[in-house]
Formats: sequence, C-alpha cells, structure tokens
Amino acid sequence: MIELITQPWSWWFSGAMIAATMFFLLFFGQSFGFSSNLKTICSAVGLGKTNEFFDFNWKSQMWNLVFLIGAILGGFLTKQFLSTDAPVQIAQSTIEDLSKLGIGAPESLQPAEIFGLEAMLSLKGFMILAFGGLMVGFGSRYAGGCTSGHAISGLSNLQIPSLIAVIGFFAGGLIMTFLILPLIF
Amino acid sequence: MKFIKFLLLGIVFGIVMTKSEAVSWFRIQEMFRFQAFHMYGIIGTAVTLGVSGVALIKKFNIRDYQGNPIVFSPKDKSVSRYLLGGSIFGLGWALSGACPGPMVVNVGYGYWAMAIVFFFALVGTYLYGVLKNKLPH
Repeated sequence: MIELITQPWSWWFSGAMIAATMFFLLFFGQSFGFSSNLKTICSAVGLGKTNEFFDFNWKSQMWNLVFLIGAILGGFLTKQFLSTDAPVQIAQSTIEDLSKLGIGAPESLQPAEIFGLEAMLSLKGFMILAFGGLMVGFGSRYAGGCTSGHAISGLSNLQIPSLIAVIGFFAGGLIMTFLILPLIF
Repeated sequence: MKFIKFLLLGIVFGIVMTKSEAVSWFRIQEMFRFQAFHMYGIIGTAVTLGVSGVALIKKFNIRDYQGNPIVFSPKDKSVSRYLLGGSIFGLGWALSGACPGPMVVNVGYGYWAMAIVFFFALVGTYLYGVLKNKLPH
C-alpha cells in the first residue's frame, strides 16, 4: 500500500483525478482555471489603480487563491510524505535528445541544470526562468486561459476557442523545443 | 470556513500533479518530443471524462451544492488571440516546463527557482494588461 502511494501514479488515475477536481469545483459553483489567479494577484497588490484590466473585485476570486495555497501545500505534503524523490522515468529517446543539449538524465523530479541553486543564480539560468514565466503569464492572459482553463475546462465544454488555444500551446511548445532550446543550451 | 473545501481540492490537485509527474520539466519535454504516451494519457483521460461529465450535467440540468444551475459560459469568438496568446504560452511552457498550477506546486515541493518563474508570470500578466488594447484580439 505504501509502495502504491510513493511510486508515480498512472496516467489514467491522474487524469481521472484532474477531471474530478474540475467537477468538484463546478459542484461548488466555481470553475477550473488556474491562471486567473495571476490576474487576481495583480489586482490584490493594487495594480488596478494604474490599469483598469486589474480593477475588479478580486475578493470574489478568493476561493481560487485558497485553491492555489492548497496546491502549494499539496506539493509540500508530497515531498514530505508521499514521495521517494526517485528519478522521473522518462523515455530513453528523450534522455538521449536532452543529453545533446547538455541536460543529464533525471536524478529527481527536475533537471538541476535549470532548477538547481547554481543555475538559478547564474545570469543565463535566471533569464531562462524569467522569460519562461513571462511568456506563460503573458500568453495565458492573452489567450484567456492556461492548460486548466482551455485544455481541460474548455475542451470538456467543446469550445472551439479552447481548441485553437491548445493548438497554439503546441505550436509554441514545438517551436521552443525544436528550434529555440538548441540555441539556448 | 466556506473556503476549506477549496483548500482541500487544491491539496488534492497539488498531490495529483506531483505524483503524476506532470509538474516535471522532463515530462513536458517528453510530451513535446512525442516520445511517450504519459502526458497525453493524463490530458486525454481528463478531457474524455470531462466531455462526458459536462454533457451529463447539461442533459440532466445538474445543480451545484446550493441548488443553483451549473452554467457554462461560451468563450468569446476569435482566432488571433487564442492562436497568438496560446503560442506565446506554449513557448513559455516548453522553456520553464510548467504552466501556472505546476509552478506553485513545484515551490511547495521545494524548487525555489519556480518562485522566480511564478513571479515573472505575474509580470507577464501585468504586461498583457498594459498592452491589451494594442494587441489583435
């Protein structure tokens, strides 16, 4: 039983749990969309005074901020009690492709070359983290949602706009993976 | 106390995202290189169940816990904003290996570098608000 919890969970169970999360949020009168929190935080720190896009009653979105805090706790609890911090078992072909970029095989959940302390404090490493975040934040608001809002909630409601957004997610992701990453690393 | 259910759902979400390894940069790279089924299995299962469940909610007019109808608001019609915004999002997703949810889950897990990613996601969101009226929508 302990082993079942500490080893990685199967795709089908994980996918079902994500769908369940969405349905519970609907049942509680809300909807599943994580990137809205970014807009809410901008509003909560007072940016509504300088920009009308952030001038709204952010307190109505408090439930989603609480969900965000829960997500942080979930990561923490997993690290403390539910994980062996074993290397992520990615495909051998991915390991070989990444080694050509100078990124070693997984030793834990994330590559130290990007998320380690040393990388984080180097100029190049910092820029990678900063630009990655910048594009996710800008793009998700421009597209009106992220993976949860479009790929999960939107597609579940058969929304064509969400399908276009997901095609965009992949267009950008493929350009980064095959054209830009080889130039960066 | 009315928020405790959202805290619990967030905790479940954080645990599921970590245990499924969907918060891992490695898994996102594997997905964009089409070298494993894992991420497609997660998203595919969620969407398949999602489509079925949403259809059932509509067919049987299922209500929320307070008895209010569950409403699904259609997204605004456009192509450019979804394609352009989505592509920019995708560039960032493949670079940082995390969308907004997994960013904070990673911080909880102890990857402080993800706090930098999250901070700049806030900056990017603000930048969108500033440039909004100049962008094609």
